[in-house]
Amino acid sequence: MTETLVEVDDLKVHFPIKRGVFLDRVVGHVKAVDGVDLRIAKGQTYGLVGESGCGKSTLGRALLQLTPPTGGRVNFDGTELTTLPAKQLRSMRRRMQMIFQDPMSSLDPRQNVESILTEGLQAHGLGGDRTERRKIIAKALDAVGLPQWALSRYPHEFSGGQRQRIGIARAVVLNPDLIVADEPVSALDVSIQAQVINLLEELQEELGLTYLVIAHDLAVVRHISDTVGVMYLGALVEEAPSDDIYRTPLHPYTRALMSAVPVPDPEVEDRRERILLAGDLPSPANPPSGCRFHTRCPWAQPTRCGTERPELRVVGTGAHRVACHFVEQIESGEIRPHTVKAEVIADGAGSKDAHGALETALETPGGPGI
Amino acid sequence: MSTKTDKIDRLSELSAAKEDEHGVSLWTEALRRVRRTPSALVGVGILVIFVLVAIVGPWLVPYSPSELMGINEVRPGVIPGPSAEHWLGYDHNGRDQFSRLIVGARQTLLVGIVSTLIGLTLGALVGGIAGAAAGLGGRIGRAVDSVLMRIVDMLLALPSLLLAVSIAALLGASLTTVMIAVGVVSVPVFARLLRGAMVVQAGSDYVLASTSLGVKRTKIAVSHILPNSLAPVIVQATLTLATAIIEAAALSFLGLGNPDSATPEWGLMLADAQQYLDVRPGLAIFPALGIIITALGFTLLGEAMREALDPKLRK
Repeated sequence: MTETLVEVDDLKVHFPIKRGVFLDRVVGHVKAVDGVDLRIAKGQTYGLVGESGCGKSTLGRALLQLTPPTGGRVNFDGTELTTLPAKQLRSMRRRMQMIFQDPMSSLDPRQNVESILTEGLQAHGLGGDRTERRKIIAKALDAVGLPQWALSRYPHEFSGGQRQRIGIARAVVLNPDLIVADEPVSALDVSIQAQVINLLEELQEELGLTYLVIAHDLAVVRHISDTVGVMYLGALVEEAPSDDIYRTPLHPYTRALMSAVPVPDPEVEDRRERILLAGDLPSPANPPSGCRFHTRCPWAQPTRCGTERPELRVVGTGAHRVACHFVEQIESGEIRPHTVKAEVIADGAGSKDAHGALETALETPGGPGI
Repeated sequence: MSTKTDKIDRLSELSAAKEDEHGVSLWTEALRRVRRTPSALVGVGILVIFVLVAIVGPWLVPYSPSELMGINEVRPGVIPGPSAEHWLGYDHNGRDQFSRLIVGARQTLLVGIVSTLIGLTLGALVGGIAGAAAGLGGRIGRAVDSVLMRIVDMLLALPSLLLAVSIAALLGASLTTVMIAVGVVSVPVFARLLRGAMVVQAGSDYVLASTSLGVKRTKIAVSHILPNSLAPVIVQATLTLATAIIEAAALSFLGLGNPDSATPEWGLMLADAQQYLDVRPGLAIFPALGIIITALGFTLLGEAMREALDPKLRK
């Protein structure tokens, strides 16, 4: 096993919900990230997937200390980041960079490319004088496939894909160890997505980068990741090597997620089981007790699921970890899926009957095989 | 084969052409857009004439604005009107109205610019500190911001003319007083505007990106947040020039301006003219027109700049 670069233990980010006119009163917390453990190996790519609002972006930002974590530890190459004084943290930032989802809003519209790329070097006192800095920048531009005349240009003069390349150049110019890519391609056209993904892979090979790629696009994550973690409502539900998790998803939520991906083989596609989850994502301000997923899980059991929060535990051999009490029984067919009534999330709005009509259906060829 | 090489040549030509061209910054592009707006050009035209008159006017006027040359012709109920020598006639003290109008432009411009600068400087200072503190300063920063903004809110709650009148009354009637009063009245507007824009910018992705690069917070505030928050403030300053001239005229009209009518000022001329409105309405009409047209010039320019600088309105 390779060396670990990032160790995250029990990371929590809770945002207070404040009410009140004169004096703010904290009435609750949005538990965006609620107890996440993960390890990222040096030179590897960790893919983080989950639906919108599950806390994956917050996890990425908390890992980089851009959002202060409420609890837990983040160890980066032997240094504990959560307790690091601001000054040391600032100089540590050279080694961990971020790529943003929206390349337009993440570039200052009043800065030209040269100034964008120089900023990080200046902040860390790197690159010496101007001519030397220019050399470093020119190299970074080359590495991301942008022409040299881009230097005097401003972000609004570029296309979306080119802007994302500027964002990537800004990250790699500091020669970091870790890059957190938060939805790096979801704002781009599909034809450009592949180019940017390939660029990220090339850079990883050349520079020995470690990636945490956050995405909701399962195909993107599968393509780029060595290890994939699936998040649901602020916590990891399953983590496994990329091929394993796509071939044999074990957690009920991952199964539902994977079953939504079309297969490019018409025969397999016809036989594909689709698990449609009932109801909405529960509010992270008031997450369900026990297993976070039990309100929507077709395999939920009356015991344990509603009361006891499952830990991420190794299932089978190797690195496959799942947070489900009954994963073995589900896998062996001992527990069969059942219909789930959608739970009303918003209180007071709408009648229960209307929502009750939404039910989890398990479609198999030849009628409902439940 | 040859078509392919042609294409390659063409491509390299294109990229070479691009190399020559320099990048266009947002300010340059905004300026370009202002230049293409007809109403902005009208506004600029008005302002150029106004500023020229204000600067060189006193040397061009046919008569001294303070000489009581026609005092013998002015009788109760009779103020001589326009003639070949005196284009706009005499005022109530027998001074040449045309000369007074031209010379008065200088005072009016001075009041507008100085009071706007007072408001802009103080407002930007307060707003800038509050905005930077609120955006990046954590808990202490938010407290600083709260205190500053509550003070600004108190200023904002007072009717602006009442505030100006009280300041003028406190400092005694003079042109300086008018400038300070009008300036102070616009402080809360500038402070709120800049602070609001800065708070919005502080939450943007590029500020987060700079933080993750390891740039110092003060540097982020000064070189990213501030420059991106200035556009609405500059627009507001242009529009404030218009209202400052009107407000200064109002204060002069109320008798809080320069009590010495020897140096003409449009607001004071308007105030003097009201007593003779039934005898010679022209005395009031011309200074009023001057104020209106100048204010219109600033407003036209300001509105065009607002449109040019607002990225959402970009065509």
